[in-house]
Amino acid sequence: MERTEAELIAAVLKGDAASFEPLVQRYSPRVFATARRYARRESEVEDIVQEVWVKAFQKLAGFRSEAPFEHWLMRLAVRTCYDFLRSHQRNRETTFSELSEPETDWLERFVGDPETASESADAARLLVERLLEQLSPPARLIITLLEIEDRSVKEISDLTGWSVPLVKVRAFRARAEMRKLLAKMAKEKYL
Amino acid sequence: MQSMNPDALHKKLIAAARAQVPSQHVPLAFEKRITALLRRRPATDYLGLWARGLWRAAVPCITVMVLLTGWSFFAPPKASSNDLSQELDNTVLAAAVPEQPPADSQH
Repeated sequence: MERTEAELIAAVLKGDAASFEPLVQRYSPRVFATARRYARRESEVEDIVQEVWVKAFQKLAGFRSEAPFEHWLMRLAVRTCYDFLRSHQRNRETTFSELSEPETDWLERFVGDPETASESADAARLLVERLLEQLSPPARLIITLLEIEDRSVKEISDLTGWSVPLVKVRAFRARAEMRKLLAKMAKEKYL
Repeated sequence: MQSMNPDALHKKLIAAARAQVPSQHVPLAFEKRITALLRRRPATDYLGLWARGLWRAAVPCITVMVLLTGWSFFAPPKASSNDLSQELDNTVLAAAVPEQPPADSQH
């Protein structure tokens, strides 16, 4: 008979590590999908997810069953992804003259007629990834949660642990950063 | 020359990012590897607990420090303007200066 989440968690807290496996099996797909928003290489994705589960195991005693386990786990996942972004900050001074031919063609189509530049094109996807990689970690996290995943400010505050005013300030700054990058792209390619 | 509208480009690229839903694929036997890893690790992160305790203690310590600093600056001055070092000097000098006999005993 399948045990409930509460029973599995109680068993883990009593020392039965094997009872953690069903939880890992149940929620890993969602954690992997979250990690794939922030890391490109599959090895990095797996490292992030592993870190999430290790933290979940170590902090399980702190889980309050007022909220669903999945919410608590996803908060841990988002914060681990943010830590990953901060620890893997690279030199973000990439110029847009390094764009590939498909990306350049897509941009030219967009400039000519925005309607003809498809959102589902691989080139659009590559351009977005390039832009997101150039954002600072808080900006990338906010843009991903707020604009790409369409979450509310309150949800973002719960996920990140940032206060609502801080989320709003960071959203303002993130959009300004994004505008600056796009203006730089426009300047380098078309002036 | 045609120019690029950054706001329109932003909207288009965000739409492209939304259209690309990340895969939920989990590598084979991933949960077994995690369980094996967790069995080798201690269940409690003692270092993390200790660090958390230190961080929690930092806020009240800083609060007490700020309050004491504020009190030492803004506390009303004492009635005597002498500070402790001056009073100590006075006490020591009083013991060191020999007593002068009364004026009428010299005759």
